[in-house]
Amino acid sequence: MYTFLLSKIEVGSHLYINFFNDLHLHGETVIVSTLVVLTVSLFLFLGTSNLKKIPDTLQNIVEMVYELVRSIALTQMGPSYYKQFLPFVATIFLFVLGSNLAGALIPWKLIEIPSGELAAPTNDINTTACLAILTSLAYFSAGFKIKGIGYFARYIKPAPFFLPINIVEDFTKPLSLNFRLFGNVVADELTVTVICSLVPLIIPLPIMMLGLFASSLQALIFATLAAAYIGEVIE
Amino acid sequence: MVDPIIPAASVIAAAIAVGFAGLGPGIGQGNAAGQAVEGIARQPEAEGKIRGTLLLSLAFMESLTIYGLVVALSVLFANPFLG
Repeated sequence: MYTFLLSKIEVGSHLYINFFNDLHLHGETVIVSTLVVLTVSLFLFLGTSNLKKIPDTLQNIVEMVYELVRSIALTQMGPSYYKQFLPFVATIFLFVLGSNLAGALIPWKLIEIPSGELAAPTNDINTTACLAILTSLAYFSAGFKIKGIGYFARYIKPAPFFLPINIVEDFTKPLSLNFRLFGNVVADELTVTVICSLVPLIIPLPIMMLGLFASSLQALIFATLAAAYIGEVIE
Repeated sequence: MVDPIIPAASVIAAAIAVGFAGLGPGIGQGNAAGQAVEGIARQPEAEGKIRGTLLLSLAFMESLTIYGLVVALSVLFANPFLG
């Protein structure tokens, strides 16, 4: 692996956990994403376990999140179908938001691991690829579930010679979802790293704030696009 | 020992990739933001809706630049031609 030695930036160095001969996990991604999943689940559990007529702080936040994901799903899929796909959209949104914020807010540098470093799970292209493929599977299955075999009529619309374009689109959708999220997260971290290596104090702070904003926006966009792709096939 | 022309060419390729990838989306984002300001000036009560749509479409345009960045990153850090 070729590393850029000037400012000690490494892309693609991982803590490998080996099983058998050719199965290995990226340790830091697995650890941080498990933490994110546990934290988000705990947050939702605590927020919804003791529901009251007059909500307290935690329940207020959970209700805000619910309204947000509900409005995403509702605007993209319409009132008659959004309910059955809301859990998927909400899961994607919360996981991406949680992992982006975990990478930006928690000082992972303080924890030393043998190789690589702990960072946002979306920093690893495998995580984003997995999310993108899940989105693909979701809209395929949504199409089959609601339209049955008539789902394939979508491929020859608006005219039969659009068939190759429509097939290619099925591959470019997850690819662009994948690269968009991965690229944004890595770009944020690289910008902060490069500026920190030039001026370590004060100056990186506005860039970090911008990164925080951009990474929450990316979660919104990923969820919106997932909802839009599902909405497109079932309309 | 790798041929030194390959790292040199890769660095130049990365610079060109990021530079040109920023060009088109820059123009597009400027257009979109200008139109949004015009819309807000004409109809200040629609500001919230316009801002939401603007942010979303800006992020879509941003993703085109990000594709260039991904190519540049893979050329710099995971170069397939270094052997």
